[in-house]
Amino acid sequence: MNETYTAVAAFAQTWGLIYFMILFGVVLAYALWPKNRKKFDDAAKIPFRED
Amino acid sequence: MVSLEEGGFAIFLVLLAFACLIVAGKTFDQVMAFHAGIGALIAAVSVFWIFKNYFDDGGEPIPQEIGGKPNYNMGPVKFGSVAAMVWGLAGFTVGLVIALQLAFPALNFDLPWTNFGRMRPLHTSAVIFAFGGNVLLATSMYVVQRTSRARMPGKILPWFVIVGYNVFIVIAGTGYLLGATQSKEYAEPEWYADLWLTVVWVAYLLLFLGTLWKRKEPHIYVANWFYLAFIVTIAMLHIVNNLTIPVSAYSTKSYIVWSGVQDAMVQWWYGHNAVGFFLTAGFLAIMYYFIPKRADRPVYSYRLSIVHFWALIFIYIWAGPHHLHYTALPQWASTLGATFSIILWMPSWGGMINGLMTLSGAWDKLRTDPVLRMMVVSVAFYGMSTFEGPLMSLRSVNSLSHYTDWTIGHVHSGALGWVGYISFGALYCLIPWLWNRKGLYSLKLVNWHFWLSTLGIVLYITSMWVSGIMQGLMWRAYDQLGFLEYSFVETVEAMHPFYIIRALGGALFLLGAVIMAYNLWMTVRHGEAEEAEATPAGSLAPAE
Repeated sequence: MNETYTAVAAFAQTWGLIYFMILFGVVLAYALWPKNRKKFDDAAKIPFRED
Repeated sequence: MVSLEEGGFAIFLVLLAFACLIVAGKTFDQVMAFHAGIGALIAAVSVFWIFKNYFDDGGEPIPQEIGGKPNYNMGPVKFGSVAAMVWGLAGFTVGLVIALQLAFPALNFDLPWTNFGRMRPLHTSAVIFAFGGNVLLATSMYVVQRTSRARMPGKILPWFVIVGYNVFIVIAGTGYLLGATQSKEYAEPEWYADLWLTVVWVAYLLLFLGTLWKRKEPHIYVANWFYLAFIVTIAMLHIVNNLTIPVSAYSTKSYIVWSGVQDAMVQWWYGHNAVGFFLTAGFLAIMYYFIPKRADRPVYSYRLSIVHFWALIFIYIWAGPHHLHYTALPQWASTLGATFSIILWMPSWGGMINGLMTLSGAWDKLRTDPVLRMMVVSVAFYGMSTFEGPLMSLRSVNSLSHYTDWTIGHVHSGALGWVGYISFGALYCLIPWLWNRKGLYSLKLVNWHFWLSTLGIVLYITSMWVSGIMQGLMWRAYDQLGFLEYSFVETVEAMHPFYIIRALGGALFLLGAVIMAYNLWMTVRHGEAEEAEATPAGSLAPAE
């Protein structure tokens, strides 16, 4: 029981951290990618394009 | 020819009506009989309404576009907005009553139905699920149609969602007063109400996804992402936290499959994410649509909104265990909850800055437009309560704040300040748009609403801070012999004046909402207001 806990905790504390950092990196890259700039600037104007 | 949708809903509702009748006839549980009766009645009336509608319009399919413009379906949105205002008034009134009951216990009237224990869930459910829920349903149906430039799919489906949701509210609320509860905070409705909500919620998800599927706009606007996260997550939370086994099909009573500390953990995983996804993600969607619309400027940074979205939804889901410090929950779990709560500072404040900075270069509008001011103050309250929350989730602070009025004050700075104000702002925008009015009946009344309720919120929060911290300190005070300094009743006595101040704050908040309801009523009834609004609707000067 105790070893299982230690193993799970060790796994969560290392791979959990890496998982979250990678995920955050991907989100940042997607949001800040220079090529996406025009797309996002355009998307921000969607609420004003209605008819 | 009756469409598959109309026929399908009609058959489903006829079967439901019969099932309800059977339950109502066979049960010995009076509450169950009452609720099954309501269910049978509403299902039967709905079938009648489906066919009346079919014969009235001759079964003609509704055009998706009229004159090249999307033929938006605004009927259910109107229903939801009106329901929100009505439930809001009811919920705030019950809140004031229970605030007064705490100060003057005689107001319980020694009756089971008006007892604090039954009225309190009535208040929380009325303001969160009835008021807030209808605001979310109405605005999400409006925003997803407008930003997708497409009509919601279905003829009956949107009505099923909005009416079905309000039927759930009636069943839940009357159940509390009659004593049917499963005693889970913010998840009090019993199994049959939960089952019904699940059906309605899945229909809501399909309706929302269906509208996105039909969209003419290639990009899905960020507000829709927040709405979608809200709908999907609430479905998951609701189902897992309500996995109960009823005693019998004819009984209101049920037992949860989780036991002991697991049940507590599931409950607060649900409870905190109800805050995170119902009261935060959903209302952030309102912020991302209505503030840019009202300020007539696009959101400050669309890129920040993307980071805000993904960071918020991935982090919030872990914060629940901070509700269970110093309990049977293992310490590592509650530490994990507190850690993720602290991390939440970043996305919360990122979102707040994004909302506030949308006004950069247009701050002067705050002087002239009390509706925009209300929404901006709402975002400021969001920043304040999301700063306070993580602080209170730390074990050392929690040991003082937990089980005291400090928590109540914190919740209300978020609920009255953030959720309340952004909802009021959205309704003040939405009602003139929906009823094709130039503007609101009176901006002066909005101003009155704003200042009265702001004063109310400030009185509420400050009195609860003082009362809560005092209560916490009195509980932990020892004399030199190691005995507790105060008995419990002494703390109650000491809190009395603050309870009265809190009730006064609640009364001011309610008064503001009454003024709002009058203002909206007059907007709808007497379109051309004497005091027309200056904001041009729909026109846009490209910013940047």
